[in-house]
Amino acid sequence: MVQRPDNSGQPDPAAGFAVTEWLSDAGDSSDVVISSRVRLARNLAGHAFVHKATRDEREVVLQTCRDWILSTKLSDRIMWVDLHDSPLIERTLLVERHLISKQHAKGKPAPTAGTPTAAADEPRGVAISIPDERLSIMVNEEDHLRVQMIRAGLSLDACWEAASAVDDKIEAGLDYAFSPKFGYLTACPTNVGTGMRMSVMLHLPALKITGDIDKVKRAATDMNLAVRGFFGEGSDAVGDLYQISNQTTLGKPEGAVLTDLQDSIIPEVVQYERVARRNLMGKRRVALEDQVYRALGALRHARMIGADEAMQLLSLVRLGVVLGVIDEVTAKAANLLWLLVQPAHLQRVVGRELDQEHRRIERATLIRQRLGGK
Amino acid sequence: MKCDRCDNDATVHEVTVRNGVKVEKHLCEACAAGEGIAGATLGELLTKFMTQESEATAKPKQAARVRPSACPGCGFTFEQFRQAGLLGCPACYKSFEALLTPLIERAHEGSTQHTGKVPKRIAARAAGREEDAIATEDALARAQLRERQERLKVLQRQLDEAVRGEQYELAARLRDQIRKVDVTLVAKPRDARERS
Repeated sequence: MVQRPDNSGQPDPAAGFAVTEWLSDAGDSSDVVISSRVRLARNLAGHAFVHKATRDEREVVLQTCRDWILSTKLSDRIMWVDLHDSPLIERTLLVERHLISKQHAKGKPAPTAGTPTAAADEPRGVAISIPDERLSIMVNEEDHLRVQMIRAGLSLDACWEAASAVDDKIEAGLDYAFSPKFGYLTACPTNVGTGMRMSVMLHLPALKITGDIDKVKRAATDMNLAVRGFFGEGSDAVGDLYQISNQTTLGKPEGAVLTDLQDSIIPEVVQYERVARRNLMGKRRVALEDQVYRALGALRHARMIGADEAMQLLSLVRLGVVLGVIDEVTAKAANLLWLLVQPAHLQRVVGRELDQEHRRIERATLIRQRLGGK
Repeated sequence: MKCDRCDNDATVHEVTVRNGVKVEKHLCEACAAGEGIAGATLGELLTKFMTQESEATAKPKQAARVRPSACPGCGFTFEQFRQAGLLGCPACYKSFEALLTPLIERAHEGSTQHTGKVPKRIAARAAGREEDAIATEDALARAQLRERQERLKVLQRQLDEAVRGEQYELAARLRDQIRKVDVTLVAKPRDARERS
């Protein structure tokens, strides 16, 4: 068994087994809404943006931000991870827990010739509130600071208030790059203004089955909203999980974006999914039960399984649980497995590094154990 | 129609009017290429048209300011921004304002003016009294209050509509949301008083 390096600043190994708060099947509309997230992009005044800064400057920014974040009472307990010093599996774990982005885990490639090449050892880090993992602050990602607040269920209002309070505390000690015209100045002009992205992760298996998901996607695009998969930008909607988020950040205050999403758009999508579920139960009950039980059967008996296939089958099981078709599994257990079947979590649970084939075998074993299979 | 030069079918037709005289040319693709007239698909033409147009609309604004070759803050050029999709430093927004504004407008549904949160210290400094940050805080609290009131109004309207449409499930949910917002509405002004 490979032991983790003994580093007191690193996450507790048990954290790898615990469900993160945002996957806890709690909060408003949790039958459809998995989680809500608010992200604020901020930069320090007087410094080049991350991709243009020299390594020395990035180190200065990192140190300045880290010192202030750790000395300000942002949360009861804050854990800091120097990502340039962390092994790949640790970084991947954080990506799977949605605490850092994929690009932050990798270290960003330099976008232009002539700017310093960024790589895995580029100075960058993340602060995470523990044990709830609601707050994470990425330092030296695309922007100097990316403040993220994530919670279970439909709770954008709570996320926004908490993220904004953290933002105020950070701003009390660090000068932000801000212009009265363009608002918070960000490396990419598509984030300028509020620098705020609000997103909601939805489980929409019934709309997927009925094919109405395309209508939702079209309607969202028409309203200038982005629809993305489980891991955000560029990822597929595995497990019937979709993230809907605002795309424009200039000209509309945070409160208006919040009201639109939380009080009107998302509840409508939720309602749409619920109606689709009721229709499936009413008109195609046996066919639906068949799909749910086949999924459960495959998960309980498979000997080898990939992460995407497992997520898709878990989606149907979760649908069955929520609709009361099956009662031997809980929605929370299905949510937790969504996380545990991911490569880094799986290797953490098993306790050693695994190649792809062994991951498939161990994944099937883990699922069988957790779902009472043979 | 035959090509003006050879026996092939003419596929490229050019009509030019010079000094009031109309000159027509009908050529096959090979002869047209020889004349330097390129056959273009509709797609290409449209792309050409769009870029020409956006250049045309960008130009007057551009001419109003001297086009900066590089940002004095970081040395980044607009060309580098185009390649990277990222600006070099906060000062780039000022340096390339004329060139950036149309792009920003397009990315943000026509908006070019920030409305929303302002860093407290910057707001206070703008008002010329850093020590009066508390006053700004109160202003922010008031703005928040207004925002909540606005939200309450929207919710109330949606509730009325839901009741009219006999969507009772939706109505119940909206009522819960209204209660939630209502509680914070009552709580906030008191908080503000306690602070001041």
